[in-house]
Amino acid sequence: MSVFDFANPERFERLARPIAVPTGALAAVLIGAGLYYGLFNSPPDYKQGETVRIMYVHVPAAWMALACYTALAAASAVGFIWKHPLADVAARATAPIGAVFTAVAIVTGSLWGRPMWGTWWAWDARLTSVLILFFLYLGYMAVWAAIEDKARAARLAAIVAIAGFINVPIIKFSVDWWNSLHQPASVFRADGPTIDGSMLAPLLLMALGYTVLFIALLLASMRNEIAARRLMRLEGAPGRPVSTVRKE
Amino acid sequence: MTRKQQRTALIGAVFTVAALAVGLTLTALGRSVAYFYSPSDLAALAAPPSGTIRLGGLVEPGSILYTDDKAEVRFVVRDEIASTPVVYAGILPDLFSEGEGVVVEGRFGPDGRLRAAQVLAKHDENYMPREVAEALKKQGRWKEGERVGE
Repeated sequence: MSVFDFANPERFERLARPIAVPTGALAAVLIGAGLYYGLFNSPPDYKQGETVRIMYVHVPAAWMALACYTALAAASAVGFIWKHPLADVAARATAPIGAVFTAVAIVTGSLWGRPMWGTWWAWDARLTSVLILFFLYLGYMAVWAAIEDKARAARLAAIVAIAGFINVPIIKFSVDWWNSLHQPASVFRADGPTIDGSMLAPLLLMALGYTVLFIALLLASMRNEIAARRLMRLEGAPGRPVSTVRKE
Repeated sequence: MTRKQQRTALIGAVFTVAALAVGLTLTALGRSVAYFYSPSDLAALAAPPSGTIRLGGLVEPGSILYTDDKAEVRFVVRDEIASTPVVYAGILPDLFSEGEGVVVEGRFGPDGRLRAAQVLAKHDENYMPREVAEALKKQGRWKEGERVGE
């Protein structure tokens, strides 16, 4: 039995169990407050009017899409180099969360683009590279789903994750390197934010809420995966939970 | 090398190869990765491109002219160096106005005007309430249109 099967997951479980529910509750409070400030208690934009409120959902989701992929790549590297199975579990758990944040960013961006730009979608460098990010998440998840042996799946998925990480700086700098329809960064830029404080505050509150939500979902997903692996081991069917065993 | 170092080298190589492949591809694609030409890009070409292109820049203040029946609008898209005249028959986006960023898709007519099939508004990175915008204008610190179409 590996280290994974005993010591670390149990220590993780002891740490995660008591904070799982409070983290989820905190995320709900922060996102609830962020949505209230963003949607009802912040000024309309001088040019976009009320449509600016889409930003409070869209921009932090896009940040999380990049942050989750960075976490995914980092956890994959740790899992690949140090053979730390808990890191593989963390990487695997991060992927669907990041994929959902990416989808939220794409859909809300599209809803904003229609009234502001005049189009739902444009094949500019930013939009296209974010769509590629979404497919990278799906591809990563597909590798895990396609390979039965968990150790092998973790290795191959880690290679996909690391190779795909090059897309993260491309997304970030796409709006600076090429002419794009998407506007340049308003918050993370060298000369300081170009967004008024009354709009930046709810935006950062939402970003904090999303981050805590990510932690809550990650903990829940990792605990789930660890419990499933333990169950599999107890049932003596390595690589596949008994409930879905198919005779092939 | 220990196995751990081998794995580190392998994963480092995977990333380096992926980065090189993507970097070379993007360099080779060059211009075509850009969503639009700026007026100065077009001015640098020997002849105007023959197919459908996109042009991005600022709507030159005072250049917007509607035909008498309002069926067509003519305006000039400019950047710091050059400008390109455009003609468009269709519905303009809400954000379209003088001094604002715009991306126009169409092909050049024989008169050297870009005949637009679609006009998109390009929003900039500035977000502020109306009162702040007015205060900035009053103080003469207004930077409207800066960076757009660069």
